Amino acid sequence: MTLEPLKLELEEKVPGCGLEIISNPSPSAQHSLLIDPEHAVAVAMYLRDAAHLRFDYCSNVTGIDWPAPNDAGKAKLKDMEEDLEQDEADCATAGYLEVVYHLYSMEKKHGPVILRMRTCDRGLRVHLPSLVSVWRSADFQEREIFDLFGVIFDGHPDLRRILMWDEYTDHPMRRDYVEPDDYEYEPTAHDEVLRKTMNHYAK
Amino acid sequence: MDEGLKSELSKQGVVATNLQELYNWGRRNSIWPLNFGLACCAIEMIASTMARYDMARFGAEVFRPSPRQADLMIVAGTITKKMAPQVVRLYNQMPEPKYVISMGACAISGGPFKQGYNVLKGIDRYIPVDIYIPGCPPRPEALIDALMALQRKIDAQQLTGDSRPRHLNADEPSEFTVPKFGAHDLEPPQNPVVWHAPLVQIALAEDDDSGTA
Repeated sequence: MTLEPLKLELEEKVPGCGLEIISNPSPSAQHSLLIDPEHAVAVAMYLRDAAHLRFDYCSNVTGIDWPAPNDAGKAKLKDMEEDLEQDEADCATAGYLEVVYHLYSMEKKHGPVILRMRTCDRGLRVHLPSLVSVWRSADFQEREIFDLFGVIFDGHPDLRRILMWDEYTDHPMRRDYVEPDDYEYEPTAHDEVLRKTMNHYAK
Repeated sequence: MDEGLKSELSKQGVVATNLQELYNWGRRNSIWPLNFGLACCAIEMIASTMARYDMARFGAEVFRPSPRQADLMIVAGTITKKMAPQVVRLYNQMPEPKYVISMGACAISGGPFKQGYNVLKGIDRYIPVDIYIPGCPPRPEALIDALMALQRKIDAQQLTGDSRPRHLNADEPSEFTVPKFGAHDLEPPQNPVVWHAPLVQIALAEDDDSGTA
């Protein structure tokens, strides 16, 4: 499904909404639509209810962690590409968390349309609107993203941790997650595990 | 009593035995497992109780839905950290004598999920395990083999003496610490009474970079 006409249509029907097409350069070419959190529910409602769109099925909700570009791991990339610095200025220096929705239409037999939403940063301003009121199937998956990435979905009917226990304070799928140091017994340690085991015994 | 004489007597319809043999014979032929499974190994456990493999031949067909009536806990599957306290609590609720079969790679060590943030690296970190069955998942034959190994183990247990099993020794614990949900991990991450890290040689020679990326 081509996103350009859809973007123009949405901008007309939902006044003031900020939309941006994120292109995917890989062979799958699944481009996605970045929507601003303020108008997310209105955009989602329109996608679901418009007679010629009818995106009635949200098949998948997932999260992505984008740490600040100057974090470890990104440093190598910066050395390789010197013109990256211009992008860096645009990009939020604190990094952000992203939530991705995959939409299909059972009625019209088309899809997917991929929606993205981004938080302001990775610390305190991690609030995004919940789309459970639009697609009930997003309920558990938004809870999972809350659990593993720490995105807080405003308007979610039951926002609790779903995989980890309530007392848990970490978000394991974030890039900067520090796992507990329990590498005391690794019978066939290699690569990453070997490094962690040696670190464990070095202490 | 001499084994040859005993065999000869049994042919004449006279059974000679002693209390220990009778007691162990009764126990080993009516091992009632606890009816619970944690992951895909449970499917193999169920298969081994069905007609094709028929664990009833070994007296272990009565899967009990209550830990109060069970003798054997088959830990069949991945133990997530969220589930581990419940598994230990179920074990504590079982009456003595009680036994544990750790079924499959996950229950032994965490298996393919060992490095996962949510997976316990083996149930033997919290409760004592009698029989380990490797496999992913182990076939029903392997579970039956484990059951037979457990029967041999029960058969060899002495009622008296220093090597008597835990349930006949009042000083030995029958309940084990239930881990608590902590902010980052289970607390404690292992029970030092039942588990300590085996000694493994992980140091590499100076110029040996095999195994490193």
